[in-house]
Amino acid sequence: MKLEVRAVEKTYASKKGATQALLPTSFEVGDAEFVSLVGPSGCGKSTTLYMIAGLDEPTGGEILLDSQRVAGPGPERGMVFQNYTLFPWLTVEENTKFPFRLEGNLDLTRTSGEVMSDIGRAYSLLDLMGLASFYKSYPRELSGGMKQRVAIARALTAKPKVLLMDEPFGALDAQTREEMQELLLLLSRHEKITTLFVTHDVEEAIYLSTRILVFSGRPGRIIREIKVPFGTERPPDIKLTREFFDLKRELLGLLAHDRAPTPERDELLRKLVTRPS
Amino acid sequence: MRGLARYWALRQDVPRALYYSAAVAGFGTVVLAWWWLSHSGFVETAYLPPPETVWETAGELLRGETLWSDLKISFLRVTAGFLLSAALGVPLGIWIGSFKLVEGFMQPLTEFVRYVPVPALIPILMLLFDLGELSKVMLIFVGTFFQLTLMVADEIRRVPYELLQVSYTLGARRGESIRLVLWNAAKPGIFDALRLCNGWAWTYLVVAELIAANEGLGFRVLKFYRFVQTPKIFVYLILLGAVGLLLDFAFRKMNQRLFHWADTTKR
Repeated sequence: MKLEVRAVEKTYASKKGATQALLPTSFEVGDAEFVSLVGPSGCGKSTTLYMIAGLDEPTGGEILLDSQRVAGPGPERGMVFQNYTLFPWLTVEENTKFPFRLEGNLDLTRTSGEVMSDIGRAYSLLDLMGLASFYKSYPRELSGGMKQRVAIARALTAKPKVLLMDEPFGALDAQTREEMQELLLLLSRHEKITTLFVTHDVEEAIYLSTRILVFSGRPGRIIREIKVPFGTERPPDIKLTREFFDLKRELLGLLAHDRAPTPERDELLRKLVTRPS
Repeated sequence: MRGLARYWALRQDVPRALYYSAAVAGFGTVVLAWWWLSHSGFVETAYLPPPETVWETAGELLRGETLWSDLKISFLRVTAGFLLSAALGVPLGIWIGSFKLVEGFMQPLTEFVRYVPVPALIPILMLLFDLGELSKVMLIFVGTFFQLTLMVADEIRRVPYELLQVSYTLGARRGESIRLVLWNAAKPGIFDALRLCNGWAWTYLVVAELIAANEGLGFRVLKFYRFVQTPKIFVYLILLGAVGLLLDFAFRKMNQRLFHWADTTKR
């Protein structure tokens, strides 16, 4: 599996003229890699992900998956969204098995035994995610973390070559988020899933990734590529190590660079303070 | 919050029993005012018969046959018009809501027709479909079809775009996304549009029957008017209200039953 992003850029046209959201950007993602895209909001990291998913079109450059040019969305590029996207009229198991209902995913060369094992895998995924007793539940009965776990299981059921995740834990509380991170780590290590992960949470990026691409503020471009020096075994307390902290400091420094104090801001602050009460 | 004040919190629920008591009290107030007004001498009893007279008349009419045959024919007309409307309006609405090009082609047109007052179409409908059943059914159809189509299109457009996007990334093709995602997600809203549409169908039924009919609830009201049989008019009016309320209730219950998965707080 090889994902190639070649000089991909994005410009939005509006009445006021064109705004460049993403400068020509290139990178590659290889087998079983976990690559995070981090950067300030509006840096084009989500746009990049959506373009890889085929849900948004680049204004320049091209995206190749195993040398095949990406043109539109497809099941080989699964996606987990920030908002909850479970189908509310389907139960947990029906949601997870949704890909099996689609004609495009039917492979007539497969034996019934193989198909059965695919279905079995869907249930194993749910069980692994701690959803064994929620097969028959509807999404409205689930917590936010559970919904995202089902969404991940559903995306994996379609057997994507690469899993795209757009701040999937952004709407969760801190504790649930950590649980989800551990689960995702376990899953991607065990299943050798290639993942492209968008987040603005530096710690999350370090903990999960094998590699991090740091984006600048708008117009976005990659300003740094960082290889995370940790192996596949990552106990949660790795976050408390010196190495982890150093990496975090480096990343935060890169991101903070964009919002350095300016004379204008100091002036505004002075006005704020001296306003009569 | 202490005491009664908590019953006056903005948009907060009150106990069910209290809610239904309030509903009964609402009807009671109107009946009481009616009773008082009809006995006070301010209004002539010929125009405003007292409740007890209407009650007696209701008993007579319910024991007779006319009321039931009127109800039956009216119900059949409404149902025919409503079903025709639903059979054409729902697919068309889904089509408009799904494709911008179809929306461009159909929506402004539909909006235009919608604003033509339906009663103004009666002469045309009578010329086109004669005075028989068809002209009444068509009036109900014309009165509800355009509204329903636009409401269905709206419900389709209200489905979060992300549900479509996620279906694409799972491998859905366009037809599957309409059939498996848009349709299912919009179903509760479409069902609710049908409920409203059924209510309007009854309105247009009465309009149709007031103008050209030999039977039916609307026709009978007009006939009672000619003979100044106000108690009977009141019985029919109450009947029309009751039928509407009953159908509305049935639709709502069915909606809750069929779409129990829906987040009811949003409705």
